[in-house]
Amino acid sequence: MSIVLPGERVPAQHVNLKLGPGLLQLSNSKGESPIISTRSGSLNHSANRSKWWVENNSRRYVPAPQESVIGVVVGRSGEGWRVDIGSAHSASLDGLAFEGATKRNKPNLKVGSLLYARVSLAHKDMEPELECFDAQTHKADGFGELKGGFVVSCSLQMSRFLLDPKHFLLPLLGSRFPLEAAVGVNGKVWVNTKEVKQTIAVVRCIEAVDPDGGGMDDVGVKKFLGKMEI
Amino acid sequence: MRPPSPSIPEKEFVYDALKQSLRLDGRGFLDLRTPTITFGPELGWVECAMGKTRVIAQVDAKMVKPLPERPFEGIITIHSEISPMASADYELGRPSEEEVSITRMLDKVLRRSDAVDKESLCILAGQRVWHLRLTIHCLADAGNLLDCACLAGIVAFKHFRRPEIEVIGDEVIVHEPSERAPVPLAIHHTPFCLTFAFFPDAATRPVVDPTLLEQRLSAGLLSIGMNAQREICVLQKAGGIPTTPDEVLRLVNAAVPLVKELDQMVEAKLREDWQVRKVEIR
Repeated sequence: MSIVLPGERVPAQHVNLKLGPGLLQLSNSKGESPIISTRSGSLNHSANRSKWWVENNSRRYVPAPQESVIGVVVGRSGEGWRVDIGSAHSASLDGLAFEGATKRNKPNLKVGSLLYARVSLAHKDMEPELECFDAQTHKADGFGELKGGFVVSCSLQMSRFLLDPKHFLLPLLGSRFPLEAAVGVNGKVWVNTKEVKQTIAVVRCIEAVDPDGGGMDDVGVKKFLGKMEI
Repeated sequence: MRPPSPSIPEKEFVYDALKQSLRLDGRGFLDLRTPTITFGPELGWVECAMGKTRVIAQVDAKMVKPLPERPFEGIITIHSEISPMASADYELGRPSEEEVSITRMLDKVLRRSDAVDKESLCILAGQRVWHLRLTIHCLADAGNLLDCACLAGIVAFKHFRRPEIEVIGDEVIVHEPSERAPVPLAIHHTPFCLTFAFFPDAATRPVVDPTLLEQRLSAGLLSIGMNAQREICVLQKAGGIPTTPDEVLRLVNAAVPLVKELDQMVEAKLREDWQVRKVEIR
């Protein structure tokens, strides 16, 4: 688990080498093809050394295909909608990219609606495209419009922590009161509970546990919840 | 570029929470985010942070010829262009409505309220006066940039020391800080700015020191420039929902204890910083 800086060579060798986020293979004029890191962060690899990646924290989302994100509809464009997912360009979502949508039966989204969608196409310099159904099954599976609740911004590493089933925060909060959450890897988390006080508690806990906001641990969160009377 | 309006769930949630007298960061309706003031190595450099909103203010002085219609007064100018560093919603060169109102309010609170005595800035009448330049850099906007900028500005003026001047006849001698200790500015009073945000629902009370989301969802903002002696320097309400005079007076009365607290905190911080800078030569 060493720390690498952008441009450093990485000693990744394997027959079936798979490069994860933050690594790039270059071919230079001497005929070599070294693998270099494109971010600063900690270099990790899988147990059998076939998968390598660089882990870091940032707040700016760069879209990649098959990632689930939370977006806000900012306008219509022809048959579909423009959605802001926090990336450099707004994404486009086609009107028919929903489960069971036909020309006559399209979902009724307004400007300002919140969506849970999957990035289907993402290239650098091009506008990303979204879809609101699962890639293999073509069923909604949780994608689509998110009604009610509240959405909070966090760092990208925090949203990855929240997606990890072994992280302590969501189970801890879920044990105190019933809670619904949708985590977007673009640094946005949607939460919904029965009472306003509980949603505010979840939002403040997410901001406190975020590495950017202090990185509170589970003992700290329990004390924090006690102070908020939850 | 207009800032994107909040999504529908965010809007509904904030209004519901305010109806139940709850704010998203757990503050009371009349609670300010506690300001954190840091002084730089130079005199007159101050960083002020209110929650995640951060502003740096810096005061600079140089000698110039005074304006012909005011030969006995110094000149004070305030530069406060908001760059996209504060937030992606601000554009350089194209001031948004919000930016224009911040610049105007800073001008009214810090310059037109005569907080700094201009006549004391005169060196040689009609020929040389001090030109004080206050530069405000907005580092991060998490709501209520105006109050943070005003606080940073007035603390910077109080922190700044100008070189000692000796005038003999028509000659002006500027003493180096190492020869003679620099002199503080003559400040008549310390104005602070407090912003209240109103919401469309008439039953919801106004909140002080709005966060970014509260500011975007507000139906009107009232900014009060007041000093600790209960004197109102500026009262600004540009548009927004109509308010009764009773409501305005109620908010002014609510602002009085907050301003007193701010004043005490600022004085304590300045004293603390000055202890570190005083050098005793035995």
